[in-house]
Amino acid sequence: MSWEIVIGLETHVELATRSKIFCSCTTEFGGDPNTHCCPVCTGMPGTLPVLNQAVLEYAVRAGLALNCSITKYNKFDRKNYFYPDLPKAYQISQLYLPVCRDGAVPIKTGAGEKTIHIHEIHMEEDAGKLVHDPWIDQTRADYNRCGVPLIEIVTEPDFRSADEVIAYLEKLKSTLQYLGVSDCKMQEGSLRCDVNLSVRPVGSAEFGTRTEMKNLNSFKAIGRAIEYEAKRQIEAIEEGKRIIQETRRWDDNKDASYAMRSKENAQDYRYFPEPDIPPVELTEDYLTETRQGLPEMAEAKVERYQAQFGLPAYDSEMITGQKALADFFEAAVVLGTPAKLVSNWIMGEVMKKLKDCAMEAADMKLTPPTLARLIALVEGGTLNRNTAVKVFDAIFAEDGDVDAYVREHGLEQVSDTGLVQSVVEAVFAANPKSIEDYKAGKEKAFGFLVGQTMRELKGKADPKVVNDTIRTLLQEQ
Amino acid sequence: MELNQLTALQLGAAIKAGEVSVAEATAFSLERIQAKNPENNAYITVLEEQAMARAKALQAGVSDAVSPLYGVPMALKDNICTKGIKTSCASKILGDFKPPYDATLVEKLDAAGSVTLGKLNMDEFAMGSTSETSFYGATKNPWDLTRVPGGSSGGGAAAVAAGMGWYAVGSDTGGSIRQPSSYCGVTGMKPTYGTVSRYGLIAYASSLDQMGPIARDAADCAAILDLVQGKDPRDGTSLNGEYGALSAGLTGDVKGMRIGIPTDCFGEGLSPAVSKAVLAVAETLKSRGAVVEECSLPIMQYVVPTYYIIAAAEASSNLSRFDGVKYGWRAEGFEDLTDLYNKTRTEGFGSEVKRRILLGTFVLSTGYYDAYYKKALQVKALIARAFDTAFSKFDLLLTPVAPTTAPKLGESLSDPLQMYLSDIYTVSVNLAGLPGISVPCGFDEHGMPIGAQLIGAALQDSKVLHAAHAFQLDTDFHKKEAR
Repeated sequence: MSWEIVIGLETHVELATRSKIFCSCTTEFGGDPNTHCCPVCTGMPGTLPVLNQAVLEYAVRAGLALNCSITKYNKFDRKNYFYPDLPKAYQISQLYLPVCRDGAVPIKTGAGEKTIHIHEIHMEEDAGKLVHDPWIDQTRADYNRCGVPLIEIVTEPDFRSADEVIAYLEKLKSTLQYLGVSDCKMQEGSLRCDVNLSVRPVGSAEFGTRTEMKNLNSFKAIGRAIEYEAKRQIEAIEEGKRIIQETRRWDDNKDASYAMRSKENAQDYRYFPEPDIPPVELTEDYLTETRQGLPEMAEAKVERYQAQFGLPAYDSEMITGQKALADFFEAAVVLGTPAKLVSNWIMGEVMKKLKDCAMEAADMKLTPPTLARLIALVEGGTLNRNTAVKVFDAIFAEDGDVDAYVREHGLEQVSDTGLVQSVVEAVFAANPKSIEDYKAGKEKAFGFLVGQTMRELKGKADPKVVNDTIRTLLQEQ
Repeated sequence: MELNQLTALQLGAAIKAGEVSVAEATAFSLERIQAKNPENNAYITVLEEQAMARAKALQAGVSDAVSPLYGVPMALKDNICTKGIKTSCASKILGDFKPPYDATLVEKLDAAGSVTLGKLNMDEFAMGSTSETSFYGATKNPWDLTRVPGGSSGGGAAAVAAGMGWYAVGSDTGGSIRQPSSYCGVTGMKPTYGTVSRYGLIAYASSLDQMGPIARDAADCAAILDLVQGKDPRDGTSLNGEYGALSAGLTGDVKGMRIGIPTDCFGEGLSPAVSKAVLAVAETLKSRGAVVEECSLPIMQYVVPTYYIIAAAEASSNLSRFDGVKYGWRAEGFEDLTDLYNKTRTEGFGSEVKRRILLGTFVLSTGYYDAYYKKALQVKALIARAFDTAFSKFDLLLTPVAPTTAPKLGESLSDPLQMYLSDIYTVSVNLAGLPGISVPCGFDEHGMPIGAQLIGAALQDSKVLHAAHAFQLDTDFHKKEAR
């Protein structure tokens, strides 16, 4: 029998507001334990939450960009449960009236285009962190993250493959970054994704029993976890077993997931309307203003890059795939660098480096003026492209002064035809066999002679000068 | 000068006039506390040294410009957070919890030159109508030490009645200021929900809780509210409005004021002595030109269950944070996290608090939410609407505060349901978010005080105080002293 995988996602995104959702503490990641908190976010008796209006604004922006309808009458609800990382013993969230509903996200995969539907987006507060210290066998609570604003984006069960999930998450991440709503760093936990997955026979109209997977810390892990869980469920069903509705934890080191808790004896969260936060009503004017205030998004940039800079569609899509790359591109172009050259460098060296270093474009230290200068040196003939790549490799990690680096390392391109000619003559003298080969019609010998010459000149020669000189001298032989 | 004869405003005036020093007034209160607290247990914490030091510091600042209550010694219910001073909610579970912050109300009183004498006894977490559920022992009624002072702000009402401070600040979730004020023969007011910031009031039921004054008379209550009311950026439920002019509105002129008497509040279960004394208030106001008329408020039959569902539901959530993990008291000898929670909460909460947490947990549970909590919210909206209708005809409603005068110690707790039913006249005011005041209006055959309640429309606190003040101009029930 052939099986269809059905997936729905719940994505938690930490919002990039300066202060927390219900107090004025910073949302900055890290910090010594319990230094980014106050009586409000640690839930001290008598304190009260006051809604940070920026959180609502960010959530509305996300909703508008993801084509949701926005709830005008907004309320919060309490989700009650005991855990030491939740100092009030309830999380302020939204159950009954989520801020956004019914969104749609277009995605592209190798299999084609598709729309993923968003069920809802709601606002809530993050919990703290428990850190177990095995040396003293104690668990300690760090409340720095308590009250960091989150939106939870819940999709319909629209995904049929890991590819679609990754494409959606890439799109979501890019959109939220363009909006300035979140930095979406999975490694810092500002984007966290739970995967709800079930399988059913192809053609079946009913859903199978689903499981929920947590602790997925990278897109790679999500892809592997989906593959693992689909296989596990299919095998189980084929063996005649029943799938248990449960929460499973992905273990990235073991490449496997484990049951955490069964949903069948799930906690009762006893949701009820949060009495400490009065309802907030959004006006049509507010929504119009917010919609008009949305920044230029990727789709619009793709169009503009083609029209304004004459970039190919492929380049435009690649560069706008990440807001940080698009920003980088635009900043370099503003400095007068030809757009296509910037695009080539970004799609080539920059993206390769980011991939090799497993780094987010947003964390890149290299600045647009540095790349612009590097390109200018190549264009002006001071560096050949190969040397420029070496310079790029050397300064990528920490950024730096391109001119100083070239000077210090003596990398200026050799365009002195007299010098090149004397080196070529020496190479000819040392390789008479190659000259014969060339004359006999072996074009390969030409390349060998170029290589030898470049090696003698430590790769700094202008390749065009070397080629021209060798061709001229060969004709003279 | 007979200090004890003075109201808070009169003492404030005497301090301004240099007739009495802040230290003299403070020392006077502290002596009374020392003498009477062992018998009535109104205070949990007495801040002797702190209060005297504060009094001396304040004396240097006396001037014509200071607030009318500058230098007047007072006390706070022990669920109001005071920076660095034990705030216990009269519960074992909070242990010696010292909040690292003051309630907004405390900051405001502090800025107005108040002297805090100490923290007052109460029912544990403000849950109770007798002040007997305190971990620190029951408070006793200064009029008769074998009787309860009412609750949950029983410590405040007893302290003011016994002259152990000129005024107190209590909290009122279902009558917790008004009912003990009535039992102790003092004047206590629950202002409109949202007019006094709740920041720093340890929550019982967030949508109903409101702090307010317990004092000698309505004029003192107005002066206190003028100091503490106002929008607070730290409390999202606090209301914008014009504040600070309640005292100025007390002219005594109630000509043409329309007062409704809901007959539903004078039926079965009401003691004849209370009924008679409360109805006499109408006569007094009538003699000053008010227009009194009977009316009907049939929704009253639903208010007690509605209140106990909503209050318990919110309490079950609000009190979850007391788990032994972060502050307060923690049980010893636990096996794991769940055991820590279970032992701490089993040993740390008293039985009335547990009863309400269980009730609240039940009504919020899946499968029961719609039948209980959701329905209660709907009835709450109907109650507010019924009052709106009433206030389209009347400026104020006059009702009893409680069906009887103060019962004997130990009588009420044996039958909690009966105790809940006695909240019938007060809880509706919280459910509708209205201002209500309890004014002394007589004594029963045992010489125990009786209180009458005046209820106003939302944000009509000034009318409530105005009528109460007018009544007190013609009567002296509020001037009678407990033994």
